[in-house]
Amino acid sequence: MKTAVIVFPGSNCDRDAHDALLKVTGKAPAMVWHKDGTIPDGTDFVMVPGGFSYGDYLRCGAIAGNSPVISQLKAHAERGGYVLGVCNGFQILCETGLLPGALMRNASLHFVCKPQPLTVETANTAFTSAYQGRDDVVIPIAHHDGNYYADDATLDRIEGEGHVAFRYAKGSNPNGSARDIAGILSTNGRVLGLMPHPERAIGGHEGGEDGLALFESLLTAA
Amino acid sequence: MTDTTAILDHLTAEQDEAAGLEHGIKADEWDRLITRLNRKPNLVELGIYSVMWSEHCSYKSSRRHLSKFPTKNARVIQGPGENAGVIDIGDGQAAIFKMESHNHPSYIEPYQGAATGVGGILRDVFTMGARPIALVNALRFGSPDHPKTRNLVAGVVAGIGGYGNCVGVPTVAGETQFDEGYNGNILVNAMAVGLADQDKIFYARGATPGNPIFYVGSKTGRDGIHGATMASAEFSEGDEEKRPTVQVGDPFTEKLLIEACLELMATDAIQAIQDMGAAGLTSSSVEMAASGGENGEGIGVVMDLDKVPQREEGMTAYEIMLSESQERMLMVLYPDKIDVAKQIFNKYDLDAEVIGETTDSGHLVLKQFGQVVCDIPVAPLADDAPNYDRPWNEPPKRAPLDITKYPEPADYGETLLKLMSSPDMASKRWVWEQYDRHVMGDTIDSSQSGGDAAIVRIHNTNKALAICSDCNPHYVAADPYEGGKAVVAEAYRNLTAVGASPIAITDNLNFGNPEKPNTMGYIVKAIEGMAEACRELDFPVVSGNVSLYNETDGVAIPPTPVVGGVGLIEDLAKTATLKGAQPGDMLYVIGETAGALGASLYARVVLGLKGEDAGAPPPVNLAEEVRIGGFVRSLIERGLVNAVHDVSDGGIACAAAEMALASGCGVTLVPDRDPEETRSEPGLFGEDQGRYLIAATEDQCREWESHGFLPAVLGNFGGDSIVLRTGTGKDGTEYTVPLKTLRDAHEGWLPTYMNSVD
Repeated sequence: MKTAVIVFPGSNCDRDAHDALLKVTGKAPAMVWHKDGTIPDGTDFVMVPGGFSYGDYLRCGAIAGNSPVISQLKAHAERGGYVLGVCNGFQILCETGLLPGALMRNASLHFVCKPQPLTVETANTAFTSAYQGRDDVVIPIAHHDGNYYADDATLDRIEGEGHVAFRYAKGSNPNGSARDIAGILSTNGRVLGLMPHPERAIGGHEGGEDGLALFESLLTAA
Repeated sequence: MTDTTAILDHLTAEQDEAAGLEHGIKADEWDRLITRLNRKPNLVELGIYSVMWSEHCSYKSSRRHLSKFPTKNARVIQGPGENAGVIDIGDGQAAIFKMESHNHPSYIEPYQGAATGVGGILRDVFTMGARPIALVNALRFGSPDHPKTRNLVAGVVAGIGGYGNCVGVPTVAGETQFDEGYNGNILVNAMAVGLADQDKIFYARGATPGNPIFYVGSKTGRDGIHGATMASAEFSEGDEEKRPTVQVGDPFTEKLLIEACLELMATDAIQAIQDMGAAGLTSSSVEMAASGGENGEGIGVVMDLDKVPQREEGMTAYEIMLSESQERMLMVLYPDKIDVAKQIFNKYDLDAEVIGETTDSGHLVLKQFGQVVCDIPVAPLADDAPNYDRPWNEPPKRAPLDITKYPEPADYGETLLKLMSSPDMASKRWVWEQYDRHVMGDTIDSSQSGGDAAIVRIHNTNKALAICSDCNPHYVAADPYEGGKAVVAEAYRNLTAVGASPIAITDNLNFGNPEKPNTMGYIVKAIEGMAEACRELDFPVVSGNVSLYNETDGVAIPPTPVVGGVGLIEDLAKTATLKGAQPGDMLYVIGETAGALGASLYARVVLGLKGEDAGAPPPVNLAEEVRIGGFVRSLIERGLVNAVHDVSDGGIACAAAEMALASGCGVTLVPDRDPEETRSEPGLFGEDQGRYLIAATEDQCREWESHGFLPAVLGNFGGDSIVLRTGTGKDGTEYTVPLKTLRDAHEGWLPTYMNSVD
């Protein structure tokens, strides 16, 4: 599988994304600098990493959502390529319109970093197939703006299409997110936006290893 | 159009002693200035003298005492005197670290004060070529009852998180304490640890004449002018109006600056580099000039201030030189590398300009609007700055606490709950959940587990650094010499408890006004006690910061010399934390228990004792610390323990309770006591130094080959309660506290406090 990670000024999970992809695919991803980089031909999977692109100034993900690299990212998605946006990457994907809805400030108004219990809503996607038989996982979160919002019609549609990939486990919603949504898929099921950080849960440290299966799922899909 | 003539007249006007006084230059210092300069200074020159001779930049009250610290051991590559300390961690790599205070700004404007404290300490570390890998902070606030405390906690924590989270460096450890002694003067001490290759370490020293001076980072504005001077004077009520002298941080720019500097550092373009911290362009240029030359003989600098990137219009040379705008660096480049450097900074959209060059004049020469506005020798600003031997009084000795004067607790379970939910002991989850602890993917253990030290893996290796921060100001106030020893010894124990070999410390000495002989006495004796411990433990000081004048309306803070410790773990498979206790494990204590309750958490929280009444602190036996520490490390290395925890505030009972909470497993505790002793609180809550609690199976313990240590069995793990057994035989009483009750009390205090309204 050929992978790439987009790096914006202020991205800070780009190295973690690199390490996770290297660990799972055995091959280093292309690191694409937003300003001059183009996504290499034949890329199967693009990760938009977490961080504070452009310092979260204006609105999380808003400036990055207008960066030169975004037209390439959209073309990749339109071709049916896989895209994973984590945390700030999720915010950016919402800003570009690749995913519906928006991520508002946490209801507590505080940044929150903790191991987060999640429910895998469906193992029937390219990103979650390796979670088959594992409904409950713990993946760390670290964000200030993870409070997912969309209007009721949109939420009904996403749920109806089975495009809620992950929810915060019952009673553990950390940010006020609508219907406990932690991660959603695009209509074609090939773009995933996720607030928790699977790249921080690949084993060997405090983040645990429950994120590994997400990358392993992609190995079989791509 | 700016009237340059009027500005130049203003800048170059001769100044007198009264103007000096307004700049904080006292009469004797004015005389010294005139002697060194052979004339009166103009306004720009006076401004530069005032900041360079401030306590903050010159260490004029502490320098001669700081020289008592040992600063070398087999692993030290760079001790104090550079931007940060550097130690050898093997395999050609180095750890670079320092702790620094941002106390005054954080009291005035908690969010920005704390945020820029983090930014400043990060720059100290990446200036030297290190990628920052961990942040730690030591916070001290006033009494929870004080009307300002809640806002200060909220602002400081948000500021630290706002900066550290954005730059993408994990905040892995810290301490948060409360005491009315900090009501008017909180302490915000931040530590950064970085990782570098030993052949790619950059220094402020070594610039030679004839090379370009390169300014990079944010534009210069009027913020923070005279911040260093503010940090060198006492506070009075109403000083919140000094808000304009507090700098504003931009962590996004800092992140870009880190990446750009590290990219440039890979190209052999930089001869010397210094970040612009306190006193901004002044101290960075003066320090590089003073330590310049092939043999450190010093060089000169000429700068054209019109070339300095400026954020505001009409800034004068005085303002440009004294601005403390954040996220700026000053470098001396090799002349043929200017284009390479500009290209890299351009990629990150950062300002980068050649603003001058190094000379052989030994003078700092500044020009604005084509005219020289400052021409002064560099040496008197740095090495030849004032260096005082301030008079000091021997701090009074306290009588030991006589516990028999006070009643024994009626209910030991209630007492444990009270201690574990007291502001100093209560869980600080509310704080550290606001810090990103996991970015960079190498956090093995952090505040999340409540352990003694954070464990941060060295990227792509099986090694790790252990990092902690420590200070018990109550001990230092009670006896600065023994208390100073205890501060260093606790850091040593905290690193040992996770299986690390302690290597070196950074210190952050927070005290009151050094011009008061009583306060100076605490500074001198605490430094001497710390130095003694550093020597005996082979645990030298490699960097640090002194913050004096922490007084408000004439009342000094408790003496608070904080240390940040760094140790090395050679093999991640050989570590321990406090959270591994299993049902069926025995609980052992290593180290002697005498039952010292003087200056203890129990004396303060349960008996309500303050000051002299709280008694003398526990003595520290440094030779025993070395012996016991080595034994504990050997047990961890051989895999003969399941969990380890250092015994500190609240004694054995609180340490065992923390192990039980972290392990999710109850414990039954029988105090280690003399059969003649009729009371149980000294054994349960006494804070004797040099002790560790260990959870291990009896099989593991049999392998300990005791090395002369007779491990005392304190109890055993199992069940879902803490059971304290007091008395003996038939007179014995059992007190049972369910883990859930303990957890609710321990976790509940801070969020309840922060969410309540006055």
